[in-house]
Amino acid sequence: MKIAPSLKQLLFRWKSDGTGPLRLGQRRIFIVPSRGGLLFALALVIMLLGAINYNLALGHALVFLLAGLSIVGMIHTFRNLFGLTITPGRCEPVFAGEIAFFPLSLDNDRTAPRLALELAADSAFPVGAAVDSLGKARVRVPLPAPRRGWLALPRVRLTTRYPLGLFTAWSYLQPEMQCLVYPKPIDAPLPLAGSSDWGGDRHGDGGQEDFSGFRERQPADSPRHVAWKASARHAGEAPLLIKTFAGGTQSKLVFEWQHTAPELSDEVRLGILTGWILAAEAAGNAYGLRLPHLSLPAERGSRHCQRCLEALALFPS
Amino acid sequence: MSTRAEEALDRQATPWLFACAIATALPHAAHQAYWLSAASLLLLGWAVGLWWKNERLPGRWPLILLVIAGCGGILIEFRTLFGRDAGVAMLVLFMAMKLLELKSRRDAMVVIVLGYFLLLTHYLYSQSIPTGIWLLLALWLLTATLIRLHGGASSTRSMSLRYAARLCLQAVPFMLVLYLLFPRISGPLWGLPSDAHAGMTGLSDTMSPGSISRLAQSADIAFRARFVDTLPARHKLYWRGPVLENFDGTTWRPHIGQGTPAALDKLSPSVRYELTLEPHNQRWILALDAPVHLPEGLLLNATLAATQRQPVTERQRFQLAASLDYRFNVAEDSRTLQRNLSTPVESNPKARALALVWRQTSGGPKEIIRKAQDLFAAEFTYTLQPPLLGQNGIDEFLFTTRRGFCEHYAGAFVFLMRAAGIPARVVTGYQGGEFNPLDSHLVIRQSDAHAWAEVWLDDQGWLRVDPTASVSPARIETGIVDALAFDEPLPALVQLRTDWLRNLRYRWEAVNNAWNQHILGYDPQRQRELLSRLGLPETDWRSLATLLGIACSLLVAAMTAWTLYQRPRLDPALRLWQKALRQLARRQVHCAPWETPMALAQRVREQHPALGEPFQNVVDAYLRVRYDDANDNLTPLREAIARLRR
Repeated sequence: MKIAPSLKQLLFRWKSDGTGPLRLGQRRIFIVPSRGGLLFALALVIMLLGAINYNLALGHALVFLLAGLSIVGMIHTFRNLFGLTITPGRCEPVFAGEIAFFPLSLDNDRTAPRLALELAADSAFPVGAAVDSLGKARVRVPLPAPRRGWLALPRVRLTTRYPLGLFTAWSYLQPEMQCLVYPKPIDAPLPLAGSSDWGGDRHGDGGQEDFSGFRERQPADSPRHVAWKASARHAGEAPLLIKTFAGGTQSKLVFEWQHTAPELSDEVRLGILTGWILAAEAAGNAYGLRLPHLSLPAERGSRHCQRCLEALALFPS
Repeated sequence: MSTRAEEALDRQATPWLFACAIATALPHAAHQAYWLSAASLLLLGWAVGLWWKNERLPGRWPLILLVIAGCGGILIEFRTLFGRDAGVAMLVLFMAMKLLELKSRRDAMVVIVLGYFLLLTHYLYSQSIPTGIWLLLALWLLTATLIRLHGGASSTRSMSLRYAARLCLQAVPFMLVLYLLFPRISGPLWGLPSDAHAGMTGLSDTMSPGSISRLAQSADIAFRARFVDTLPARHKLYWRGPVLENFDGTTWRPHIGQGTPAALDKLSPSVRYELTLEPHNQRWILALDAPVHLPEGLLLNATLAATQRQPVTERQRFQLAASLDYRFNVAEDSRTLQRNLSTPVESNPKARALALVWRQTSGGPKEIIRKAQDLFAAEFTYTLQPPLLGQNGIDEFLFTTRRGFCEHYAGAFVFLMRAAGIPARVVTGYQGGEFNPLDSHLVIRQSDAHAWAEVWLDDQGWLRVDPTASVSPARIETGIVDALAFDEPLPALVQLRTDWLRNLRYRWEAVNNAWNQHILGYDPQRQRELLSRLGLPETDWRSLATLLGIACSLLVAAMTAWTLYQRPRLDPALRLWQKALRQLARRQVHCAPWETPMALAQRVREQHPALGEPFQNVVDAYLRVRYDDANDNLTPLREAIARLRR
């Protein structure tokens, strides 16, 4: 059984392709007949038997032309992948439970377009792509992000059956890419003012209530702060809007590990902290974060928010 | 896997499949039962309607019911689900039904494969050039549909069609290699269904009034002949079919049973020719009278007709020879002579009486024959549309209607001879033919079908007498077109009297003949000839398979190299720029993929101050050529690069 991984690596090149651009050569493209191709082959055999039995000269010619067509189709299917250059991009963080997207740039240095490419990191989430003649296409490979922390892009299968669908050609890509997954935010009431050292004056829960306007949604914003009704007015064409609140602009909060109930599991506590940070950020408050191993001073703004979320994502378990 | 949204058939691809179904099934409408065509059309209409209104396709049960109904209909029509016609009908119906089930790409794939299959079935009915062209176009459409299916919406119509044409053209070398080298197996692999060779026209083995005149209204080609030396005179071109000896009052039939073997004295040197016989599903070969030196596999029966053991069910070529003047069976078996003297009792009393008068008043058989010929020459009309005859058909014909086609004359003449005591029989076959100067082939059509008589005389044996020649000498000398009046129902093709139209027909037929001889006629025999000409005599299937494997591998390798390593043609300025970059690389300055020429120039100035100035010139010249629309003068760039090298 020990031989299996190394054999697999030998056969399928399961080693990382690094962070640079990678060009598909013939040694990493595999090709086999597809299900449609097998049906076609079966039909060809029956047709050949028929042509021989009825002694049909043109029947022979037709069968031979179709056989030639399938060979040519195989070469062209192979060519659809051959020489394609894939460059990894940078991926945006997501929350646990969402789907992470790994951007790849596909480069075609050939005059013929490459159509009907399919990339899948997880076979349940394939994504299609097509690259124009001498063109470039950006494709975002989806992958469910169930847990916080770094999500490494597993082997990506790049498949095509274009042009005739009689053969499936595929290649495995293993670019070194990872996506930061923030903990899944949990809605919990903000910690009571008296329970800890609240920095600064705080007007009750005003920060959550005094609506001041909208701003565009950033990827790090929780979906629960989206102003759906306001966004819907733009018929889905404009970016989603997030409600901002004016009430608590002056308040300063520091969320502490100790504020969360100690009987809860670490993950839930991280989730609660994430929820608080998002709420505070949405409200426009300055806030800080104090974890057992590090503390961030109170600040506001998306950069700060990202730093806090990153700290929570990478919380050692 | 099948639940992928991507596997679902997109709406815009569906019309392609409709077009495929029409292109592959439509030609079958020409020979199919009407209800089948109508049902298929209805199903297609239904599918198109559902697609147009974007409605749901019918569920599983209606489809199963449809399949059962279709099979039931075919069972009632053909009494079987197998066999050629029933099988084709099933395929057409299934194709139409599958259109009601187009949900996923896999369904579409089934339609395409079914379409490719349907293409083959057309060849069961015709392998002519127009069929070939139509099917080639259909093949193109099917392939383009495959590309459209798998390329998705980004594969536009013109793109799919162009790509399909390219693929088909690239497949042609493979087809040629396979066609020439694939080990050919002749003959059926298993029993052909009984209807495999239905619908072939040709002489039948009986003759009754009207049977030949019906055949003569067809312009179909019966066979072709190419003479090795010179073309014999037209009036000597009698192609012998079945010889009919038994007469029951209306119909002439061949005698079943062995006679003495034909004894033939050649009186003139033999004429060699190649005969290409169209299939007629009978055993006779229609060799030129009188056949000599038959090739292996052919037999000469007692009546001098060349036959083969198996019916001719496909186009066949024979190398034959004939002696145009001959003496045949001078010593004939007495039973045969007896048979050829008998007439049905109490039929045609007037004709019998006339023959008796001739016999009593004439000096010998030759005079009787001349009397009969004179009778025909005097008051008879040669026509394709003779009046119907009743009980005593020969009496009616001889004394009342006096209008008939060759079978009437041959039948009446033989009856008169027999009644006058001269052994006589009817010979059917073809007479004449049309010489096509373009390919030097003599074309014999069904309209050249003919019937004549043979009489047996002491010391001379069987002698050919053609009573039609007395009625209408033109029939024998120049052909049926000149022998008949203008209003006779001859096929238009045969009647063409205008020169340029006739030339056009000659050309078309010559092309067809070449197609038949060289493309359709490529059989195991021809394959062996070709290979021995290539220096590979004595090939068996194993050496053929090896040869085929080598040829195909070479083709695949060449094709792969050609398709994979085609580099795009770079812009000339870009090519020069890359040349400059190679110069830099030699000095250990590598251009990063994201670096602009300007940034690179900056870096070069810092790293290699000596190179800074010349390289800046290269960059300036390059940018001017690349980005200034009005300027495509490459010389400054070339010069700048040359200076860089120094």
